[in-house]
Amino acid sequence: MIRKFYYGDYGESKHGAADISTTNQNKHEWPLWEVFIRSKQGLDHKHAGSLHAADAAMAIENARDVYTRRQEGVSIWVVESKHIHASNPDEAGSFYDPASDKVYRHPTFYDLPDELQYM
Amino acid sequence: MSQTMIQYEGKIAQIVQEDPMLQFLLYAGDNALITGHRCSEWCGHGPILEQDIAISNIALDYIGAARNFYQLAATRIQAKDPSLEVTEDTLAYLRDAWDFKNLLIAELPNGDWAQTTIRVYFISSFQWLFYQQLTQSSDADVAAIAEKTLKEVKYHLRWSREWVIRLGDGTEESAKRLRQALTFLWPFTGEAFKEASYETATSSATTIQLAKLHELWKQELQEVFAEAGLEVPTQQAFQSGGKTGKHTEYLGYILAEMQFLQRAYPGASW
Amino acid sequence: MQWESSEARFQEKIDQEIKIEPKDWMPEKYRQTLIRQISQHAHSECVGMLPEANWITRAPSLRRKAILIAKVQDEAGHGLYLYSAAETLGISRDEMYDQLHSGKAKYSSIFNYPTLTWADMGAIGWLVDGAAIMNQVPLCRTSYGPYARAMVRICKEESFHQRQGFELLLHLSKGNEAQRRMCQDAINRWWWPSIMMFGPTDDASPNTQQSMKWKIKRFTNDELRQKFIDVCAEQVKFLGMTLPDPDLKWNEERGHYDFGTINWEEFWQVIGGNGPCNQQRLDTRKKAWEEGAWVREAAAAYAEKKKARTPVQQIA
Repeated sequence: MIRKFYYGDYGESKHGAADISTTNQNKHEWPLWEVFIRSKQGLDHKHAGSLHAADAAMAIENARDVYTRRQEGVSIWVVESKHIHASNPDEAGSFYDPASDKVYRHPTFYDLPDELQYM
Repeated sequence: MSQTMIQYEGKIAQIVQEDPMLQFLLYAGDNALITGHRCSEWCGHGPILEQDIAISNIALDYIGAARNFYQLAATRIQAKDPSLEVTEDTLAYLRDAWDFKNLLIAELPNGDWAQTTIRVYFISSFQWLFYQQLTQSSDADVAAIAEKTLKEVKYHLRWSREWVIRLGDGTEESAKRLRQALTFLWPFTGEAFKEASYETATSSATTIQLAKLHELWKQELQEVFAEAGLEVPTQQAFQSGGKTGKHTEYLGYILAEMQFLQRAYPGASW
Repeated sequence: MQWESSEARFQEKIDQEIKIEPKDWMPEKYRQTLIRQISQHAHSECVGMLPEANWITRAPSLRRKAILIAKVQDEAGHGLYLYSAAETLGISRDEMYDQLHSGKAKYSSIFNYPTLTWADMGAIGWLVDGAAIMNQVPLCRTSYGPYARAMVRICKEESFHQRQGFELLLHLSKGNEAQRRMCQDAINRWWWPSIMMFGPTDDASPNTQQSMKWKIKRFTNDELRQKFIDVCAEQVKFLGMTLPDPDLKWNEERGHYDFGTINWEEFWQVIGGNGPCNQQRLDTRKKAWEEGAWVREAAAAYAEKKKARTPVQQIA
């Protein structure tokens, strides 16, 4: 008998492995939302995580409870996960490599005197 | 035991007895504590993880508000007699049911999600008006607590209002459950607006005019109930007593649970 | 693209510490291992709320009550982060719940022990959360992006949990006789289950190797367990308490503490459903879920109605 143990992993139970999706989406499940939060000092909304909510109002309220428990944010965006379109990771090379030779976009490209502060 | 037994009985009770403002602070604190206690019972048992977190947050807000009121009361009691050791915990853990002044509606059982959310709605819609007036209080400490609490109550009100509408306009079952909860709770919704003697005595300092609050509260109810498809009951909301220490049997059990450790190990510090 | 090269490229990414993201190609076994591990971890957080939530209404001071609510609430948050991470692998949260409720999915056996006294709140924070942190910190660098990101968030919040637990015990250790006895008793009951949390010994874990190669896991069970014991053996001195292991002693040669034999029979019994609270915990979760069904349906129905009532904006 092979047992697999990782942290928090106690192997499969006698009823079989609980590791694969057996049915499609449950019809009663509230939709999944992606949450973006802008922190006090931040300029951009950053992806914080996801949650389930019945509607947008509830998603925003839940996001406040779930992702700003420690005053992490001042502004919240939510979007239903199904509306997120992502780049294809297999094309990551052609997509992002062209930017990698444009080092001038990065502030560290510019060699400035050490005495110059706060820049 | 060499430690002095801290107790509420005697000196502390007497000081409170003689000062309507202290009674008012305890009334506000008790409402928050007992509502928070009931909300906290949902922790780990909510209908979905996200809402479990939401109601725990609300519980946390209420406990926080209770602490603010108790701390202020404790400081003032001690100012009257510096030999007394009074803390927020003396007031929460060492008073018995008849000294608690919370509204009866706060101590009733949670019931289902409908009963819980409409109860939070009744309490927070009242508190939203109550704290707004209290921010105008001539007592600066009280006004400051009201200011802070008001922000939290705004959220509780929004959350519970949405749930009432959602359940009222959701499925047949949810509408039925909401109506049942309304029938059960309605008789307890009038107590907040019946002035207790300590409210009358402090009204110039607190600026609270309950008759005016009652009118505003009825308007709020009309709007939300219309959206939820509920009718505002015409029956009189006659239940009262909590404000003056005449409680339902439920409070005794809440206190038995809440105060267990303080009572079992008198004088211990935790 | 050749199938063989997908596997090779996958391993190359792992070796270069490039995170695997939801839509990346991954071996099916990697996906399954992750779903199982992440969902078990999520279930553990969720069930783990119960033994502590137990004491919220009985917390002995308002300060402790507030801390405890915040902590249990964090655990719900952690469960939520983890379920979300697992969902990126193509399983729904409802399905994961079904697996938990049917007994198919497992969760950490530690939560099948009862919380008897207030001191248990401290022991759980110090020992159980301490063991969890030791396991979880390396998981912040795990190869699967969403899991790693969830773990970063969780680890930040967990350190508050452990500290509040130790502080609680420290307070008891300086209290009256009953409190000190309560403190030692809780340590006695939670010590062995805590060190079992690291899982079976390495020689009984044939698949650890695969998991380490995929960088799902980064240290072996025994390495982490030893580290935990070394740390606790020192920390317990601050409490003036003892760990319930007569064989625990410093081994100069190894540079580690030696410790007694773990009762694996008990471990497998509890894992297998025969712990003191297995039935109770699962029933509680099931009850909450079943009694919440009408609430979830009502909210979904209301959202549908509202959508239908709001006309779609026409762009002129």
